[in-house]
Amino acid sequence: MHEPLLTIRDLKKSFGRTEVLKSIDLDVGRGEVVAVIGPSGSGKTTLLRCINFLETYDGGSVRIDGAEVGYTEGRKRRGERALARMRAETGMVFQSFNLFPHLTAAQNVMLGLTKVRRKTKAEAREIAGHWLGRVGLGHKAEALPSELSGGQQQRVGIARAVAMEPKILLLDEITSALDPELVGEVLEVVRGLAAEGMTMLMVTHEIAFARDASSRIVFMADGTIAAEGPPVELIASAEANPRLFSFLARFRASHF
Amino acid sequence: MGYSLNFSVVWRNFDKLWGGLALSLELAVISLAIGIAIGLVLAVIYVSGGRFTRMAIAVYVEAFRNTPLILLVYLVFYGLPQIVDIRYDATTSFVATLSIYAGAYLVEVFRSGLEAIPQGQIDAGRAIGLTPLQRLAYVRLPAMVRISLPALSNTFISLFKDTSIASVIAVPELTWGAQWINLNTFRIVEAYLVATAMYLVTGYVMLFGLRLVERRFQVARNA
Repeated sequence: MHEPLLTIRDLKKSFGRTEVLKSIDLDVGRGEVVAVIGPSGSGKTTLLRCINFLETYDGGSVRIDGAEVGYTEGRKRRGERALARMRAETGMVFQSFNLFPHLTAAQNVMLGLTKVRRKTKAEAREIAGHWLGRVGLGHKAEALPSELSGGQQQRVGIARAVAMEPKILLLDEITSALDPELVGEVLEVVRGLAAEGMTMLMVTHEIAFARDASSRIVFMADGTIAAEGPPVELIASAEANPRLFSFLARFRASHF
Repeated sequence: MGYSLNFSVVWRNFDKLWGGLALSLELAVISLAIGIAIGLVLAVIYVSGGRFTRMAIAVYVEAFRNTPLILLVYLVFYGLPQIVDIRYDATTSFVATLSIYAGAYLVEVFRSGLEAIPQGQIDAGRAIGLTPLQRLAYVRLPAMVRISLPALSNTFISLFKDTSIASVIAVPELTWGAQWINLNTFRIVEAYLVATAMYLVTGYVMLFGLRLVERRFQVARNA
């Protein structure tokens, strides 16, 4: 049995006196697509942000490929350069896109390639062109984010993350800020990446998408993992889990 | 009353005004450049610094922003050489004063610009593995420039007008030129009217040009 790519053990995080994550254990295997669902405030986004250490954590460990992300073995916070190196191994796509507004679509993708991966401009341009083509935006390479629709911006965001060839892709409610008619084009890109074996951990409110695209669904509530399992089994077991049941009930009418 | 305007003496001595305007612009540009350097460095130190450095920078900013420029000009030109062993001509002394004065304003401009950058953009920079220095160079400063540009334009135009204060230590800029014409011809109204018009037109042309530059950047800012 291979060691999982991502191993989270006893992860704890508080904001002030509010415990946001209460001892989370989670493994994600290579090539696995795991969806995290749950009511807002359940700690989903915080969990994701701990994985690339955008958020510090108070206890437990997060390991990618066996290496602890934010801290050294003696629980000393890693230096900024080491942190930057670790973060380059995880890609992240944000709810609000967070493109660099002064850079074109291509330059957004190229920045990490040239500055972090030390590619030449020409190499970076080629890789950016490849990925922008993959997300259907080859013709928008020279467009500024302000000239793109939300769905297009988010696809650039995905291209920017995957162009770095991360070991794992973290998706943080990437369709929540989109107009309904633009959701599909973004999910299509994610589906394509999943089919190619990209390891992904995605926080999402698209329950139907989570059911169809993920190999496992994790249901979070009150800072804990309240249930997890393969999509069909998890949804089928909801009857026995009141919190999961009431959460899913809200979606049943519209999404199922 | 019956004061009859006669501009001919002004035109005869126009080189004093024209040369003065050139020097005024030069004073403003040099002071702005040095002020930008001071402002940038201190703003970056401020947002990443500890409590003590922040306090030291705040003291500098508040001290210079709340003191009349004319007093600073007197203190630096007449006062400082009495205390320490330095010599400088009036122009150098004024540029030094105006630069430090501009720096105090620009620290604030750049600091608020840096703090106005959405956290999401900084997070995006962290997420792709940029080091803090790289985030500063490729994400935060470019974003800050766009946010700060309007305030920077306003500061430049203020500085241009502030150069008139250099006349009190006989730096031969535009206001001094007008004074010279007045003292030598007693055509006070004509001399100052023409000088005022020159400040006005120059200031307006600068404003227009700077707004054009800002608009070029605006596209990128609205993302």
